[in-house]
Amino acid sequence: MTRVCVAGAGSIGSLLAAHLARVTEVSVLTRRADHAQALERDGLRVSGRSDFVARLTAADDPGALPPVDLVILACKGTDLESLAARIEGQFAGATVMTVQNGLGAEEVVAAHGDWPLLSAVTFMSGTRHSDAHVEYVLDTATWIGPFRGTTGDDARAVAELIASSGLKAVGFDDLRPAQWSKLIFNATVNGVAALTELPHDFHFAEIEHQGDLGLLVRDLVDEGKATAAAAGIELDEDPWEMNVLATQRGHRHYPSMLEDVEAHRPTEVESINGSLIRAAGRHGVAVPLHTAVYRLVKAKEASYTQ
Amino acid sequence: MRICVVGCGAVGSLFAANLSLLDDVEVVAYDLSAAHVDAINAGGLRLSGAGDVLGRPRATTDAAEIGPCDFGIVATKAMHTEAAIAATAGAFADGSVATVQNGIGNEEVIARHVARVIRGTTFPAGKILEPGHVQWDVKGDTTLGPFEPSPAPFADVERLADACTRAGMPTHAVPDARGPQWRKVIFNAATNPVGALTGLTHGRVCERPDLRALVSGLVSEGKAVAAAQGIELDADPEDLVDHAAKPEVGYNHKASMLQDVEARRPTEIDYLNGGIVRFGGELGVPTPLNEAIWALVKGVEQSWQQ
Repeated sequence: MTRVCVAGAGSIGSLLAAHLARVTEVSVLTRRADHAQALERDGLRVSGRSDFVARLTAADDPGALPPVDLVILACKGTDLESLAARIEGQFAGATVMTVQNGLGAEEVVAAHGDWPLLSAVTFMSGTRHSDAHVEYVLDTATWIGPFRGTTGDDARAVAELIASSGLKAVGFDDLRPAQWSKLIFNATVNGVAALTELPHDFHFAEIEHQGDLGLLVRDLVDEGKATAAAAGIELDEDPWEMNVLATQRGHRHYPSMLEDVEAHRPTEVESINGSLIRAAGRHGVAVPLHTAVYRLVKAKEASYTQ
Repeated sequence: MRICVVGCGAVGSLFAANLSLLDDVEVVAYDLSAAHVDAINAGGLRLSGAGDVLGRPRATTDAAEIGPCDFGIVATKAMHTEAAIAATAGAFADGSVATVQNGIGNEEVIARHVARVIRGTTFPAGKILEPGHVQWDVKGDTTLGPFEPSPAPFADVERLADACTRAGMPTHAVPDARGPQWRKVIFNAATNPVGALTGLTHGRVCERPDLRALVSGLVSEGKAVAAAQGIELDADPEDLVDHAAKPEVGYNHKASMLQDVEARRPTEIDYLNGGIVRFGGELGVPTPLNEAIWALVKGVEQSWQQ
């Protein structure tokens, strides 16, 4: 049996921990002691597409958790550095998997220990209602690939474990084509949504008239594609088609960066848009529109303190 | 001399109140707001702030009551030009019509309805405090010149400029008014939407080096479109941007477009960045940043329809 520790219990971490607890032993590493106490006392409730209460172990000290075979780092990109530092020297023998948005999460973790590493991106989404209650909203897949000291078979084994718990997951021999498709999609849709405060709806696919929003979305996607091509990545899906399909699903998704600006919270623009812009810089690709969107979102964050 | 001010918002009221003080000028103020018109007819049109004036124009909401005029001064928001001039054109069968509006393309719209058109641009600004009472925030110059495809005689341009100057609104009659107009349009298009998208005041936009660089990128595209038409700017819009950022000038000023967005009023984006993109397209000058900004602000407006 693969024993799992989920580190970081936001909406994605909570969804993974609760579902996996139905098929294996799961522990949760939290940042706050009262969060761990709430999980141990009340269990972790899932509503929405699933409906159950999971029983699991939780602590805010990694040393207090039982030994595991797999650690899933499920915090936001902005918290990854401090989380990786907290688990340095812990979880000997375990494989560590990242699920952050953007690029470069694996390198951040690799600098803090010599665990074998898996890399993942997730398209599922949830809404956290309390420390011990998460709603499962979008049942889209999590994609997993090898990064350091792991193989495609390791990735598929973890994907099968997650799939057996009631979530969707797929393992790949090389995650980068999927990871880059998602990065380009995410940077574009999140940035435009954060600035316009439009949910991801039909406006993002409108390309009929000059000045239509879909034309900007397509230009942003094209800058991302040029960057991927220069990095030698063959994309798994066309991010423009992902965008059009998502707007045709009929329900209006609120991208996380839109929720962040509405709540006046810092967004993930640095780890999502910033990582695309830095990759473009390394490969000598000009991305003036992504740069403009990035600067505008950073400035909008600064306006909270006006 | 009979002058009709078409659209008696803040800027229109500055012209109407000041011009009504001249003995040789009769002013009719045309506006759709019955409350504003009634207040003007009952107690006069009061300006306070940069200048304290009590003007006595005759005001009306009914275009049929305007009567034949020597001059029109159109001061509506740009999206209302067509409706305003279509309603009032009969009054100008033997007169000349000037625009002092924001943006590009107002002259073209006016010329579809009247024969003699005066291109204009004005820097004074204010806001309506209550019906019949306008705060005069900033004094400034106005420049008028014949609209080339459908020009008013230069003697008419000089007559109107002389009247405005005598009324306390310094106005220059020039053979080619495109330079000042494009300088203001480029300034507005580079700064207004950046404030509107980020929520930052003009000074805070300018003190962020990365955002100031975005403003410069927008200015450069505008300058290229002006240069392609052979327009010589009377000053560098960059200087205007830096000047306006000074604490004693406009550091804390919220761009009018930001005020519009906060109040969820339609903005003039189609006539600012949209105008630069349209002219750029006709001239073969690329304007990708202005097009991106245009789409984003339109997206903001669309987010209010939900």
